[in-house]
Amino acid sequence: MTHSSLQLLLLLVVLTDFAVLGTSRLSACIRWIAFQGAILGLLPLVTEGELTTHVVALAIGTVIVKAILLPGFLRWAIREAAIRREVEPLVPYMGSMLLGAAALGAAFAVASTMPVSARGSLVVPVALVTVMIGMVILITRAKAVIQVVGYMMLENGVYIFGLTLARRVPFLVEAGVLLDVFVGVFIMGIVVFHINREFDSISAVNLTELRES
Amino acid sequence: MLIELLIVVVPLAAGALAYVVQGARARSALLLTIATLHTGAVGLLWVHQADRAPGGWLMADELGLVVLSTVSVLFLVVAYYAVGYLRDQTPRGGRAFVSCLLAFLSATSLVALSQHLALLWVGMESTTLAIAPLIYARHDRRSLEAVWKYLVLSSVGIALALLAVFLLATAQPVDGGSRALLLPDLIGGASRLDPWWLRASFVFALAGFGTKMGLAPLHTWKPDTYGEAPSLVGGLMAGALTSCAFLGLARFTQVAMAAGLQDFVRPLLIASGLFSLLVAAAFIIGQADVKRLLAYSSVEHMGLLVLGLGIGGAGAYGSVLHLINNGLVKGMLFLAVGNLVLAAGTSVVADMHGMLRVRPVSAWLLVIGLFAVTGSPPFGLFISEFSIITGAVREHHPWVAAATVLMLTIIFVGIAGMIIDIVYGEPAGAADESSSGAERPSFVVGPVILASIVLLLGLYIPAPLRAAIGRAAASLGGMRP
Repeated sequence: MTHSSLQLLLLLVVLTDFAVLGTSRLSACIRWIAFQGAILGLLPLVTEGELTTHVVALAIGTVIVKAILLPGFLRWAIREAAIRREVEPLVPYMGSMLLGAAALGAAFAVASTMPVSARGSLVVPVALVTVMIGMVILITRAKAVIQVVGYMMLENGVYIFGLTLARRVPFLVEAGVLLDVFVGVFIMGIVVFHINREFDSISAVNLTELRES
Repeated sequence: MLIELLIVVVPLAAGALAYVVQGARARSALLLTIATLHTGAVGLLWVHQADRAPGGWLMADELGLVVLSTVSVLFLVVAYYAVGYLRDQTPRGGRAFVSCLLAFLSATSLVALSQHLALLWVGMESTTLAIAPLIYARHDRRSLEAVWKYLVLSSVGIALALLAVFLLATAQPVDGGSRALLLPDLIGGASRLDPWWLRASFVFALAGFGTKMGLAPLHTWKPDTYGEAPSLVGGLMAGALTSCAFLGLARFTQVAMAAGLQDFVRPLLIASGLFSLLVAAAFIIGQADVKRLLAYSSVEHMGLLVLGLGIGGAGAYGSVLHLINNGLVKGMLFLAVGNLVLAAGTSVVADMHGMLRVRPVSAWLLVIGLFAVTGSPPFGLFISEFSIITGAVREHHPWVAAATVLMLTIIFVGIAGMIIDIVYGEPAGAADESSSGAERPSFVVGPVILASIVLLLGLYIPAPLRAAIGRAAASLGGMRP
């Protein structure tokens, strides 16, 4: 039971990766990343057999930061800075979907060389796919807000991997990681806000004044 | 343990206090007091070196202590400079400026003292977050672009470093024997680490901390950021932040070497170091902006640090010594250049000729800095670069040694050409002649002190420091030449 619900949740994570990759509306992307954050919150409840306070606190903290606070903050930034709603990809959607598929293949190829003890679990390949698709979004999208979403996805991938260690890495560290991600996205959001005011557009493509001449 | 904890916590608390305090003068006094106390506390760590109890999350081992001392001295000088700077420059949000500086001191101290690798990561991420608002001090398009590039690239780097930390934890055996991610346990139980996970961990650590250090090809944030940030912030980044990032990479190297992965780790480090030297040499030639030049010079020195680490033997000793020298000389150069840029109103070399007449002391400092940063005798960098090159020859890498010497020569020619252009010639009209020759002491005392230390380190290294560097190098698989 636990095993199959874990596989189901991990499958949902991969689906949300691709959903963000293929969505053209900014608000929908943010909704998907919030959904992914909520799944991440459920994961420790499934991976750990017993519900200790540590596990429950980790689950609640994850949901609050990744599914509620950060997406809410991004929505606020979009509204306040009056950002246009399209994602504006530099690479067409079909191309980024292909990149995503390649990432999926690469992740499973890497996972097949893992030591025997870790094989069979979906955790590592799913974590890798999420990291790689996050990077694809960071690189192929023009708007700064969607780049922040890509960064959040990348962090989610790392976080999924970290959940396999929940019992061994102390609580303080997990709290530190969550806090750092939160502050990081917060500062990014503020910069995004200023970029929009200075450039009248949130597109990072306009950020080209600094170059080697 | 108590001193270590105070070294991290007090600056952070003071940073919060600085945000509340009204009045620029009180904030400056706070900054200077904390910086002085910090250096004093680090001095205490040197005195009490013998009775260190290993095992805690925070402990100053030799390598950490060397990094911490470099950071502390540099920060003290920069804090003194900042007090004068804040008197007539008002970077956006003067309150936040001092707060962020103090938070940065706390974060770098945490990195230097962490014996727990996840805690080290938290410190490293905090340095990024503390320094980002400082880059954006000018509040215009260019600094906005710089801070965005910096945030995105170093956030990706830091995420990869976190993955490296997790992979390392996975490499540890599950049974109770060793505590997760504590450095002494990792090194002590290195033979029981799983090599597959350990290799994966090292690759991500190299990419992640390499991005934070600005190793080529992940250095692209550096010229933009250093070019746009206020000079004193640039000095802190090039001197302190990169040293901390190097320490992160060095910690992972320590573990990998202890586990017997030398043949995997060393070629990666050497290749990465040489490539950084190559990129630095290519972009230093014909560079038009002096701050961007300093950024590429920083890429060069990060390359040398990693190269020495990869060579091992005398190279590792040179690497640790170079970390101190590079930290101090970068601080000095950025402050001196900052003075000239303030006078000329630009950092484009074509518009800043004849600085010897406009700002004689800073211009002379720049000339001294030229010889120091390119590793000419009798400065400290000569000794450390010489150790790295000797190390390469002794460890049977003659081609690495030859390539390094060639790049260093090219870089010397590039930097010398630009600095001569800046110092000599007729001053441009823009520079105000009225203030010629008059330089405020607080703007030149700091760089003069740093230059003196770098000169002293080239002539004589005190015995305790020499011993500490030797032990730090030994922990990285090196030895005293």
